[in-house]
Amino acid sequence: MIDTKQNAMTEEIEMLVGKYGRTRDALMPIIQNIQVNHGMVTDFAQQEVARMLDVHPVEVYGVVTFYSFLSETPKGRYIVRLCKTISCDMAGKEAVARAVERELGVKFGETTRDNKFSLEYINCMGMCDQGPSMLVNDLVFTKLTPHTVVDILNRFK
Amino acid sequence: MIKNKSILFNRENLGDCLAIALNKNPQDILMEIRESNLKGRGGAGFPTGTKWMLAAASLANKKYVVCNADEGEPGTFKDRVLLSDFPDLVFEGMVISGYAIGAQKGFMYLRGEYSYLLKQLNDQLEKMLKEKRLGKNILGKGYDFEIEIRLGAGAYVCGEETALIESLEGHRGEARNRPPYPVNTGFMGNPTIVNNVETFVTAAIIMSRGGEWFTKLGTGKSKGHKLVSVSGDCEEPGVYEVPFGISINELLKMVKAKNAKAVQVGGASGYCACEGEFERQISFEDLSTGGSIMIFNQSRDMLHVLRNFMEFFVEESCGQCTPCRIGNKKLLEGVEKIEQGDCSLSYLRELIELGKTMKIASKCGLGQSSPTPFISIMTNFEQEIFSQR
Amino acid sequence: MDKIVKDNRAPVSQKPLVMAKVDKDAIGATVGIEINGNPYKVMLGTTILEACRENNIHVPTLCYHEDLCLAGVCRVCVVEVEGMNTLQAACTFPIINKVKVRTTSEKVRKARRHVLDLMLSEHYGECYSCHRNGNCELQKLAKEYGVDSYKFGHIQERRYKIDRSSYAVVRDMDKCILCKRCVRTCIDLQEVGVLEAINRGDKTKITTFMDKPLAEVVCISCGQCINRCPTGALKANDPSDEIWNVIDDPSKHVVIQTAPSPRAAIGEEFGLPAGISMTKQMNRALKMIGFDKVFDTNFSADLTIMEEGTELLLRLKKKLVEGDNNVRLPQFTSCSPGWIKYIEHFYPEYLDYLSTCKSPQQMFGAVIKTFYANENKIDPANIVTVALMPCSAKKFECNRPEMNASGFKDVDYGLTTRELAQMIREAGLFLPDLPPDTFDEPFGEASGAGLIFGATGGVMEAALRTAYELVTGRVVPFENLDILPCRGFDGVKQASVKLENVKPEWSFLEGVDLNFMIAHGTANAKKVMEALVRGELSNIHFIEVMACPGGCLGGGGQPIPTSPEIRKKRAEAIYQEDAGLPVRKSHENPHITYIYEKFLTEGPCGHLSHKLLHTHYVKRGKYIG
Repeated sequence: MIDTKQNAMTEEIEMLVGKYGRTRDALMPIIQNIQVNHGMVTDFAQQEVARMLDVHPVEVYGVVTFYSFLSETPKGRYIVRLCKTISCDMAGKEAVARAVERELGVKFGETTRDNKFSLEYINCMGMCDQGPSMLVNDLVFTKLTPHTVVDILNRFK
Repeated sequence: MIKNKSILFNRENLGDCLAIALNKNPQDILMEIRESNLKGRGGAGFPTGTKWMLAAASLANKKYVVCNADEGEPGTFKDRVLLSDFPDLVFEGMVISGYAIGAQKGFMYLRGEYSYLLKQLNDQLEKMLKEKRLGKNILGKGYDFEIEIRLGAGAYVCGEETALIESLEGHRGEARNRPPYPVNTGFMGNPTIVNNVETFVTAAIIMSRGGEWFTKLGTGKSKGHKLVSVSGDCEEPGVYEVPFGISINELLKMVKAKNAKAVQVGGASGYCACEGEFERQISFEDLSTGGSIMIFNQSRDMLHVLRNFMEFFVEESCGQCTPCRIGNKKLLEGVEKIEQGDCSLSYLRELIELGKTMKIASKCGLGQSSPTPFISIMTNFEQEIFSQR
Repeated sequence: MDKIVKDNRAPVSQKPLVMAKVDKDAIGATVGIEINGNPYKVMLGTTILEACRENNIHVPTLCYHEDLCLAGVCRVCVVEVEGMNTLQAACTFPIINKVKVRTTSEKVRKARRHVLDLMLSEHYGECYSCHRNGNCELQKLAKEYGVDSYKFGHIQERRYKIDRSSYAVVRDMDKCILCKRCVRTCIDLQEVGVLEAINRGDKTKITTFMDKPLAEVVCISCGQCINRCPTGALKANDPSDEIWNVIDDPSKHVVIQTAPSPRAAIGEEFGLPAGISMTKQMNRALKMIGFDKVFDTNFSADLTIMEEGTELLLRLKKKLVEGDNNVRLPQFTSCSPGWIKYIEHFYPEYLDYLSTCKSPQQMFGAVIKTFYANENKIDPANIVTVALMPCSAKKFECNRPEMNASGFKDVDYGLTTRELAQMIREAGLFLPDLPPDTFDEPFGEASGAGLIFGATGGVMEAALRTAYELVTGRVVPFENLDILPCRGFDGVKQASVKLENVKPEWSFLEGVDLNFMIAHGTANAKKVMEALVRGELSNIHFIEVMACPGGCLGGGGQPIPTSPEIRKKRAEAIYQEDAGLPVRKSHENPHITYIYEKFLTEGPCGHLSHKLLHTHYVKRGKYIG
């Protein structure tokens, strides 16, 4: 079972390498694709990418851990990222944050038990004039209140 | 959407910027940009003409143009508006600069947080390809240029141009040593110009309106108009086009801010002006900004604001150089000490001195600017902060 | 401006600006600069740091290391450059036009002190409980800048667990100051790629792939990272307490063998300049410490030459005479356990190319616990063999499960030069002052051929001295037996020796050019292996590989610091000692003749040899599960 999964991953990476190339500058787009498709970049995937781009696996690991949107641990299907920077903070982020936590039953930095939602904070996402704001995967939601945020989350449940 | 009436970012009677530019020879474009005195809109304010000329002067075979769309400075969202409303001019600006310096390839480094704009931007590229405004033999002028959009992955520091290039090359976003500068040794070791979204749009517009027209706007050393993103305590937050030289007071009036006690100019890494300073101007000569203006009214606790900023820098420092990695942490710990009421004045002074060291000893712009809010808030609001604790 | 990019895989951003070599007198080749108000003339492209050092102006450094690409991250070397708003890192700033530099202005001093205060605030532990006490670059800087208090506090609790999983390297990341020298060593200098910075901001740390224990990743145990760590964050796994215990136990017969490189470097631990051999003083120290016998690893180096040389000739014969296509040539040396682990991880399909000979350390262990035990009527169970080595990988090697041909663990402990120096200090001895002493019999005298194993190219030179003579009956045609093409520090060397007028039994080698290569440092080994994979080495017969830059004398167990200059000095000491020895060819070592007469009676590569002196390898692969 693991083998078939790994073979599929290898094939997928081969395809990505075919698209983006075998040089190191292809690294980011390749692992970003893997992240989007699988919610994480597994240790196996990191080593396969390293092998095909002829870099050390630990370098891929260094890159994956550097960027907030890449992860070597599993994430939920929907990553809820609430902006915590000052403009959103002043616009009422705290109340929204508590409402989200209560609604999903997890704290920030955690993933729901059904692996559906991961709850994270994000630094300024450029919606400062419409805060509080959040991203759910790559969808933007603004002017949140404890009530609207709950309605939004329910759409994804 | 730009909220007020625009003069610079106004399509009325705007000619075909790309066609106008490609009818000139590269040398004339460089001269025009230089004469316009356009300075980089990302915040650092390096003269765009000089940057382009340095890259153009290189004999290297490969050169690159990079559009820095990694708008991560807290309180900045004007590039988001430009990318939504003026994507054509952003890309045309890139083609024009590529033509001017002799580059064949451009990257747009779009922050991951804006990935929802990706489709629209790619559609724009498709359209330009079809219209022969991009790709091979652009507008029949024999010039080839391609543009690839690369997504960031959630790292503020990648807005720093050399960290951005590192990221493009598939590395951790750690800023490089400078010199050598990107115009000399950039992407894959080749001459590379990195400009902000707004700079490209402005450069494109200058092609049509002319450098001389542009120099009539703004102040002595800050030519043209600037987009600012206004947020915080005001009735009309949003993106505004303002002339350089506008005072904070005028700006506050424009966005209907009442009771303001502090204005953070230039984002988290910017300067926090207090009421006594509201006559100061937005310009490269006085208070410079990449576009972020955040307003705090009388009810706000400035220490809370400062804490928010310092938490941001502790997380977003790339972590490679000592002053930035540990320095920001020490400043944040200082804020916590003050919160708990056990920070002595002498320790606060020591921290301010540390901040000054960070400003000159850090490796890149992040660590060189991150102590600014600490120093300005602790200087301008010291009494208020200590009296509340 | 013509720029030559240094030939390694360091990212563009970290490569030093290397200018094309030009005549120093050519117009425009030099630039006049000013440092602290005094005028100097330097070559274009020189960094500020280099300019200062050339002119004896002190600039403190920490992340900078001569062997490594540039980082510019510690910010200790900042200086003021006129006209620039910020301070510049002297180590990375290339001089391409006239600059005015100030190295000790108020701004500079204050900034350096702040940087130091910040590092110290995060540097866990106290100097007196640290193995680098007295030889720590951070401690030295703290002294230089008169640090007498922790301005920004001092971390009181551990953040990381010490990683003791590896036999060779111990990592204590609480002492790490993130200078990334180990990263640059592992990724760029050695191209092994075990260590890298992960996370960012205040969560940045240096670790392995997926933060695994060192023993579970592809670490080859070369210890080059230890040699370049400025603090106590990295160290070798120190067995000296256990060794003291067995020395103090009267029922144990404790034997130490000493490799050639430690003696050429241990003086540095006692404040001597690099390049002074301490062979005889060291013998005395070891006896005073209480070792029952002090032997010379050079004996088993000579033994290695006999075995490995014979193996090569046999492979050649099989290939050339019998046309056996299963014979793998070129034959690679197998003395360097770091190299062995490297090839096992990265080129597991090519293990057949390795000589099956154990390293001299392991051969010696097996001989001591069999032949020596028997001759001296000592129960091998009561013998403890210690190997003094310049190497951290030897600690891993002696713990390999297959290394027990004698029926016991052939070598019980690998001890590094640094650790022995510590034992000598602990015994109250000052090495340079000790009277000379000899090795003990029966493995005392050895040949100079064994001695030069310590330098890159030494094994090859020793092998040629013997093989050529074996095949032709004449000495190698090089003046004073000095086979100069084997010497020096080029990354990969290649040369050949023509075999003419050979003895009748070697007639198939008549007229053959014996082609050989020498590589040191695994980055260079990688180049050789890639050439092998591409099928470009079919005309090569023999390749020496040492995992460490410079060979064993630059090993991961040698005194700290290391630099190209220090390694050159150590090599000179070794070659000088070789030149002065009466016996300089392995096959002329009388003890070698004796052991083949009395013990290994079937001769080199005979049945008993194969049992005791040869080994096999493990296909490890590089996948980290």
